[in-house]
Amino acid sequence: MSQQYPALLVVVPLLSALVICGAGWVNKRLCFPIAVAALGVAAYSCIGLLLRVLDEGVIVYKLGGWDPPMGIAYYVDHLNGLVLVVVSVVALLNLIASKKSIDQEFPDKIGPFYTLYVLMVTGLLGIVVTGDAFNLYVLLEIAALTGYGLLAMGEDRAPLAALNYLYMGTIGACFYLLGVGYLYIVTGSLNMVDIARILPPLYQSKAVLGAFIICMVGVWLKMAFFPLHAWLPNAYTYAPSAASSLIAPLVTKVMIYVMIRLMLTVFTPEFAFTTLAVSDSIVWLAVIAIVMGAILALTERNLKKMLTYIVVAEVGYMVGGAWLGNRAGMTGAILHIVNDALMTLCVFLVAGNIVYKLKGYAFDDLKGLYRKMPFTMTAFTVGVLSMIGVPPTCGFFSKWYLILGAIRAEHWVFMGALLFSSLVNAVLFFRIIEIAFFEPFTDHHAHGHDHQPEPIDEAPLSMVVPLWIVAAALVIVGIYTSDIVTKIIQFAIPEGIL
Amino acid sequence: MSDLMQMLVAKYNYWIYITLMMIGLYAMIAKNNLVKKIVGMSIFQTAIILFYVSTGAKKGATIPIIEHGHGAETHVVHAVDYINPLPHVLMLTAIVVAVATLGVALALAIRVYNRYNTLEEDEILAQIREK
Repeated sequence: MSQQYPALLVVVPLLSALVICGAGWVNKRLCFPIAVAALGVAAYSCIGLLLRVLDEGVIVYKLGGWDPPMGIAYYVDHLNGLVLVVVSVVALLNLIASKKSIDQEFPDKIGPFYTLYVLMVTGLLGIVVTGDAFNLYVLLEIAALTGYGLLAMGEDRAPLAALNYLYMGTIGACFYLLGVGYLYIVTGSLNMVDIARILPPLYQSKAVLGAFIICMVGVWLKMAFFPLHAWLPNAYTYAPSAASSLIAPLVTKVMIYVMIRLMLTVFTPEFAFTTLAVSDSIVWLAVIAIVMGAILALTERNLKKMLTYIVVAEVGYMVGGAWLGNRAGMTGAILHIVNDALMTLCVFLVAGNIVYKLKGYAFDDLKGLYRKMPFTMTAFTVGVLSMIGVPPTCGFFSKWYLILGAIRAEHWVFMGALLFSSLVNAVLFFRIIEIAFFEPFTDHHAHGHDHQPEPIDEAPLSMVVPLWIVAAALVIVGIYTSDIVTKIIQFAIPEGIL
Repeated sequence: MSDLMQMLVAKYNYWIYITLMMIGLYAMIAKNNLVKKIVGMSIFQTAIILFYVSTGAKKGATIPIIEHGHGAETHVVHAVDYINPLPHVLMLTAIVVAVATLGVALALAIRVYNRYNTLEEDEILAQIREK
């Protein structure tokens, strides 16, 4: 059984998506249990797979028994083992947390929503597990197409925002495909490990350079790296809360994983950092991404939109860390994939709870929330402290590694940008805490009841409990950071990077 | 000058795909109508399909079907005589993806039209600003 984990984690959600679609016609209440079971199996396989990788090292799974490079192979090493666990667990927690809000926001579309949800998770898990460059493109498009559908189910402006995302996402995926085409022309192979084996004598070739640049631009478009971020804020803001809390934590992080995979496995670190002299300028781009993300977040008076700009800034952290070209920076980037997925999930789940209760997410709606929804807001505080980077939470540790990497690379501006962004995050979030904690709650419908204390009106238990699990995970991952780094991430980075 | 001509003629398939791709990109950026943008996106994707398919071609080669395939163990197959089928097979998948993307895009455009009663982007933005 454990031999088949790599296939199960893609096949089970894929087939379940079809079953959910059918079950939705029979009885809508069947959809949720099937989706939970499917993602539960996927999460179980991912965790089992990571444990096996820790024991045995890299696992190669040949689909259909065909040997690579002819057949498609799934490679699972420490890097994608870790990302697989994050993706599957985040998707499962969010699914359980969002049940009520899905029932409330579109009661007549429950079947299609769960189908798209599970298909999207299939795509994301497939992107992470596959070892074939073209297979990755197909799964990328599965995740993207379902994502457009999920995002477009939101408010009035959602379809237009999703359409804009679709244009940009398609260009991004096509660029990646084009880059893979050039790689195929020069190497005659689509298997990532095989390409890496054939490439070294060809590093001076212009086609390889072109392939690398085109792939990178495509991946950056998909992850909303700063000048290419324009699609993200609107698409995520107007989406239904269940969709935005799935897509915001996972899609950008999975694309960061793809970038790191391209840098470390397909093109070796020697090519990325030594043959190409671009790492310095990419770190500069990351600096601009961080600073602009922070400034744009400052100008928003709307919780969800502000969070989306923070996502843009966080992408800058990880791209910059990965391109610093040293071990600490790369460790920080990989660790931040884990931490940022959890942090973003935490704050977007809070936004989901607020939308569920208040039907709004502008700053003015948040008044008196600490009294009205104390449990949600406590979890929010933990998520916020992690985003700012306060020590016991995990956000501190990845930022610590990133800053360490910046110091070792003597890239002071990147370090400055990280500190600036932490500072801005503190301003942003304490502004919200001030509104939610000190200003009295004003109900739009009732008048003249200002003096009596506001009764607690918390979101349902099924939304609060997963949120608290995530908030607890932020602290627990923070405490066990050194274990994660020494047991997993250390082996994910090749020896060549010092 | 003759060098340039030679480069253009020898690699004409690349020049065609780049031209097509730029036409598609131009339409996506510059056109005001949402459906025209979607058409541009489709051209963009088709350009890449053309690129892949053209890379499989070889001079003087034929379609990759082996004659007398059965019971012809003594028959030697020269790879040079057949065009490379793999890019074509990959593009079957890419075409499916392109069709799916087009479908989703048009469905979203219908949703936008139902909401704003127009497909012109400037008019939609004006309506959003009014609110």
